[in-house]
Amino acid sequence: MAAQDMTFHTDKGILAARLKAVLPPRCLLVDEEDLRPYECDGLTAYRALPAAVCLPETEEQVRDVLRVCRRLQVPVVARGAGTGLSGGAMPHSEGVVLSLARFNRILRIDANARLAVVQPGVRNLAVSEAAAPYGLYYAPDPSSQIACTLGGNVAENSGGVHCLKYGLTVHNILRLRAITIEGEILEIGSEAPDSPGYDLLALLIGSEGMLAVVTEVTLKLTPKPELAQVVMASFDDIGKAGEAVAAIIAAGIIPAGLEMMDKPATAAVEPFVQAGYDLEAEAILLCESDGTPEEVAEEIARVRAVLEKSGARDLKVSGSEAERLRFWAGRKAAFPAVGRITPDYYCMDGTIPRRRLAEMLQAIAGMERKYGLRCANVFHAGDGNLHPLIMYNAAQPGEWERAEAFGAEILELSVALGGSITGEHGVGVEKIGQMCVQYSTPELETFHRVKAAFDEAGLLNPGKAIPSLHRCAEYGRMHVHGGELKFPDLERF
Amino acid sequence: MQLDDLAARVREAAETGTALRFRGGGSKDFYGGLLAGEVFDVSGYRGIVAYEPTELFITARCGTPLAEIDAALAEKGQMLAFEPPHFGPATVGGCVAAGLSGPRRQQAGAVRDFVLGVKLIDGAGQVLDFGGQVMKNVAGYDVSRFLAGSLGTLGLLAEVTLKVLPRPMAEASLIFETAQPQAIEMLNRWGGRPLPISASFWHDGRLTVRLSGAQAAVAAAREKMGGEWLLAADAFWQQIREQRHEAFAGEVLWRLALPSAAACLDLPTALAVEWGGAQRWLATDADAETVREAARQAGGHAVLFRAPESLRCREGAFAPLAPALLALHQRLKKVFDPKGIFNPGRLYAEL
Ligand SMILES: Cc1cc2nc3c(=O)[nH]c(=O)nc-3n(C[C@H](O)[C@H](O)[C@H](O)COP(=O)(O)OP(=O)(O)OC[C@H]3O[C@@H](n4cnc5c(N)ncnc54)[C@H](O)[C@@H]3O)c2cc1C
Repeated sequence: MAAQDMTFHTDKGILAARLKAVLPPRCLLVDEEDLRPYECDGLTAYRALPAAVCLPETEEQVRDVLRVCRRLQVPVVARGAGTGLSGGAMPHSEGVVLSLARFNRILRIDANARLAVVQPGVRNLAVSEAAAPYGLYYAPDPSSQIACTLGGNVAENSGGVHCLKYGLTVHNILRLRAITIEGEILEIGSEAPDSPGYDLLALLIGSEGMLAVVTEVTLKLTPKPELAQVVMASFDDIGKAGEAVAAIIAAGIIPAGLEMMDKPATAAVEPFVQAGYDLEAEAILLCESDGTPEEVAEEIARVRAVLEKSGARDLKVSGSEAERLRFWAGRKAAFPAVGRITPDYYCMDGTIPRRRLAEMLQAIAGMERKYGLRCANVFHAGDGNLHPLIMYNAAQPGEWERAEAFGAEILELSVALGGSITGEHGVGVEKIGQMCVQYSTPELETFHRVKAAFDEAGLLNPGKAIPSLHRCAEYGRMHVHGGELKFPDLERF
Repeated sequence: MQLDDLAARVREAAETGTALRFRGGGSKDFYGGLLAGEVFDVSGYRGIVAYEPTELFITARCGTPLAEIDAALAEKGQMLAFEPPHFGPATVGGCVAAGLSGPRRQQAGAVRDFVLGVKLIDGAGQVLDFGGQVMKNVAGYDVSRFLAGSLGTLGLLAEVTLKVLPRPMAEASLIFETAQPQAIEMLNRWGGRPLPISASFWHDGRLTVRLSGAQAAVAAAREKMGGEWLLAADAFWQQIREQRHEAFAGEVLWRLALPSAAACLDLPTALAVEWGGAQRWLATDADAETVREAARQAGGHAVLFRAPESLRCREGAFAPLAPALLALHQRLKKVFDPKGIFNPGRLYAEL
């Protein structure tokens, strides 16, 4: 527990010398200009320059680096592609970044058993591409799938637009091989459906690089459906769109994807991708059905009937694969599209019970006025995961602080509505304060003890994911103030 | 029974160092290792706390009969998709703690895949809330999912929240006459194609497969797969789920969890094959070591599922853990139950 509040003092010269002894020169970066590209992940507002970046190529090298760090009491931050949106891979200024970028080989695809064994630096999409010749794919499909790695996916328990039907990362991983900070190798899970003992896979998946460094992943491959079609429905009222989502579920349908975008989001996206979205609508829904052609036809007919009854103002069904991809292109490009209309944006990730959607969106509209910032909303509607994109300009003094306070208020409201501060992006450094809102002391203490069971010295990704109790006390104090001040310029961690 | 009463009883046991043996309906007393400690009957802490069909979750106190949950869900056309076996008067807390899944596991996933949240009473008698009622939640370690299958060794699951799913629109079951190796091959071949297979059971030269999904999908799959149509299929699958079929009759019954495509093991022929080849049942008096080693060689593990208590205690119900993993298990046990009072020996003698 103490580890969280621990300050580290690294002698960079000694560290570099010890690392040099275990890594070839091409695997070690220590010069400032080489370290720069690693100073942040996808959450660019938080930055730190690490003491060194290691790019090991073998498991022995990973183990050696961990042992060096363990001996010298140096923090270690594992890193995949650095697309994380919560600062999980942000370096520690006294620590080492352990990049798994060179662990980029697909070791085996077993089409008969429908599984793949991959190294953690393999990109998410690369797995599906390699499995395609066998009629298989890897189901979890984060929008960042061209870039993000399986190691990062495992650490964040990433989701995608298809996880309503096909599950999150945790539902699609069979086995992990991981190394603890002590240099001990753990084999967790197997190719069998379960393993004896505690479900350690559940603990490691989503653990944000805090428990062990993953060096190999065995994942489940899914047969590609013969056909997929998407219905696009537009609504002149957000509440009605939310009710339509509930009505689809109530009708016993679990669509392959069920996504929503509000008017500001479609307005940002349409000029960018020309998806054919209804720009007059307050919200649009995308509802995908997949399976055999007969099955898809049956389900689409039922979805149409539900949506019509729910008061959709317009309905379109994709007539071809090209059109289906075009409908999705807008949703998948929502982040970059918003990125074009604002200098900076801040992506939130709260989850709420679906029935509270209208309430949440109304509250967000109020916050836009309160903080003087615009917000576009994209929403994994089927599973209640909301991504408000708060637009700001980092060059304007005070805007980032306002954006951050805006985001914090959304997250805290998510908890108050019965949800969670993060559905798929993780806590990282970003939501560490809001963890104090979602959990109370006994749960946080338990999390710290779980951490210590793996990493007693507290060297793996210190300061992330689980706040220290001290920090929560601070946050509680700040929080009260924050609520009273109009635009809190006071420093937030 | 109130939550406070449960917590108080645990605190008292912690103070006096008394071992507790949690018991819901006692339906899984046969399962696992040693039954030690004072029986702590939690069946009185019962009742569905919240059920929102459109939010796809149900929250219930641990002593709620599984049958009551099934009935409440059925009324809204929904189900626990992992199709848990009852094996008697099962409760929902025991169901999650035992971590057993039924025939639909091959399509829908296991118990742990459906756990969204728990209220846990830990070894200090504290009530802890992990997870919640939403489908996605990655804040903090996924402790609630981790507790599935922990057999009450980490704490009392006082309340659980499970994801529920709509019942399939249509189901049909098909029968194929075939030997075991061919059956395993067929199951894996089908598994690689987008067919809505939701259960499979091979026994004595006969493979039965259940299809579940949209009307059209089931009809199309039947067309493609052939086979003969099984009548009264619901009763059949319930018999499999509850292990009332003759294949499960032996006094000593091993459960092998294997990679689905693993070839038949060098052991007496499995009596039954389920889950697309990934779960196989074996009645043998071969010694435990031999069975475990064969399962391990094939990439899986063997559970001494039903056996006289003396045998389970001698051989251990579950395959031994590698030293690094056992040490980690012991450290994790300490996190939740530092005094070691919860179901000692039920999972492993060392826990
Ligand atoms: C445009 C955009 C769209 C996105 N869309 C989605 C989406 O739809 N769904 C979604 O869930 N996320 C999404 N994300 C977030 C991000 O892509 C995911 O969190 C992803 O899984 C991160 O992978 P990465 O390889 O970039 O990991 P990194 O950012 O490098 O690291 C993430 C975390 O994983 C840890 N880590 C990395 N590798 C290992 C390892 N081998 N062992 C242990 N720990 C490790 C790091 O320490 C860090 O805590 C999006 C991001 C962007 C920029």
